[in-house]
Amino acid sequence: MSTRLRPARQWLITLPSLAWLGVFFVIPAFLVILTAFRPADLQGGVGPGWTLTTLKEVQDPAYLPILWRTFWLSGATTLICLALALPVAFQMARSGQRMRQVLLLLVVIPFLSNFLIRIFAWKSLLHPEGPLTKLLIALHLIPENAVLLNHAGTVLLVLVYTQLPFAILPLYAAAEKFDFGLLDAARDLGAGPLSAFSKVFVPGVRRGILSAAVMVFVCCLGQYVIPQMVGGTGDEMLGSKIAQRVFSDRNLPHASALAGGLMLAVLLPMLVVVLWQQFGRKEAE
Amino acid sequence: MKRSRLPAVITCGVILFLFAPLGVLVVNSFNASRFGGEWEGFTWNWYEKLWAAGEVWDSLWITLKIAVSASLAAMLLGTLAAYALHRFRSWLQDVHHMLITLPLVMPDILMGMSLLALFVLTGVETGLLTIWIAHVTFCLSFVTMVVLGRLQDFDFTLLDAARDLGATQAKAVRKVLLPLLLPGVLAGGLLAFTLSIDDYVITFFVSGPGTTTLPLRVASMMKTSRSLPVINALSTLLIASTFLFAALSSRLQRRA
Repeated sequence: MSTRLRPARQWLITLPSLAWLGVFFVIPAFLVILTAFRPADLQGGVGPGWTLTTLKEVQDPAYLPILWRTFWLSGATTLICLALALPVAFQMARSGQRMRQVLLLLVVIPFLSNFLIRIFAWKSLLHPEGPLTKLLIALHLIPENAVLLNHAGTVLLVLVYTQLPFAILPLYAAAEKFDFGLLDAARDLGAGPLSAFSKVFVPGVRRGILSAAVMVFVCCLGQYVIPQMVGGTGDEMLGSKIAQRVFSDRNLPHASALAGGLMLAVLLPMLVVVLWQQFGRKEAE
Repeated sequence: MKRSRLPAVITCGVILFLFAPLGVLVVNSFNASRFGGEWEGFTWNWYEKLWAAGEVWDSLWITLKIAVSASLAAMLLGTLAAYALHRFRSWLQDVHHMLITLPLVMPDILMGMSLLALFVLTGVETGLLTIWIAHVTFCLSFVTMVVLGRLQDFDFTLLDAARDLGATQAKAVRKVLLPLLLPGVLAGGLLAFTLSIDDYVITFFVSGPGTTTLPLRVASMMKTSRSLPVINALSTLLIASTFLFAALSSRLQRRA
């Protein structure tokens, strides 16, 4: 069928979105990397000429703990999200048509609710005068003067909360295509429910696991609103520094250098996924 | 054979975890207590305060203007993109596909940062236009994916049938393809609309003076403890509208 359509037609149909993304996605990404080599000016813009000073500034050892924290928080969030999302995806895929729709809607609604509001909800829930703190104190689970907010743990909790739907949706998409007959076969052959789950189901949805992991990990790497709102002063992530450089210090080149580094850190795992998926497609053919 | 109950239990737990904080917000929006630690009686007070907060409604108006115009543009661009991706197999579409997928996984802060770099370096003043451009950019990929899903179910022999019966290509597309595709396009548009209304991070980077969208307003309200219960009321209204949109969108996607 597509042979009937002339190549000019393909270009005509492709061009609007291609041009839009070229101008507002690809070029800006390169501009960020270029800006890292420009001097800063005091108005928060970019001065004339080229320089390597920003690149030297960014190699400040003070960034190391922040970098480390960004990576472990993102890694831990990814693991927790996968651990919770796998059984949920499994359950959703095994449910009947109607139940599936309901569960899907229940997962999507928090994901579509305003991001700030979800963080705000946790902030008021964990507030020293908030309901959760009072409940836990009443149950003697935490000491009277315990503060639930402003820890690295709070940041982790809210990260998991906001990223969980990002893990469930790709896993569900993979689980939906999984042949549950294999699971019953494993059970018939004497496997327990847990080993059937881990040895048959988990390998069966490994591509879904990979895309869920990358999705969550990458989204976490760039977070700054969560540490800013529920974390303490010592819980900053790389994103917090980027935002600080842009909005407090008004130093665009410095922010660009940090963002450029983050961009490379994001694109590399994604490249792995794209290659893996292409490999998988060839394998399937 | 008996199935394990564990996945069902975990699923219930996860859904409770996802909704509990939102539920507390909703309950507290009717709670006379300022911090919501205890129930101190039912009140409409916070909703009245919200109603009187003119700046919130100004922000809502700005947000709606951006969301409607950005989702319309994203619907147009996204539908064309999905059609191209579905109909053609070529290196061009491989590149196209990659460009459409990348924004879906790009962290918001990087998208905000790179658009800011673009606008600063080209000397474009940040404001309504720059926010609109940013929103179209991140909505485009989502619309494309939704419409693409819809196209994969479309039976293209229907177009051939229309052509055989004497319709021109353009007429076949207009009279056969578009009506059948419409629910997918609308679902994509609704998704774009919700994403646009909710966006905080990217908007924060490319906003200028006088363009305080609703999320930006909420963020600044969070800094003053006086307005916290008013945020509860506002959140409740927003959550309710999200429910409505999500239900509507899933309806549209389900109907064949």
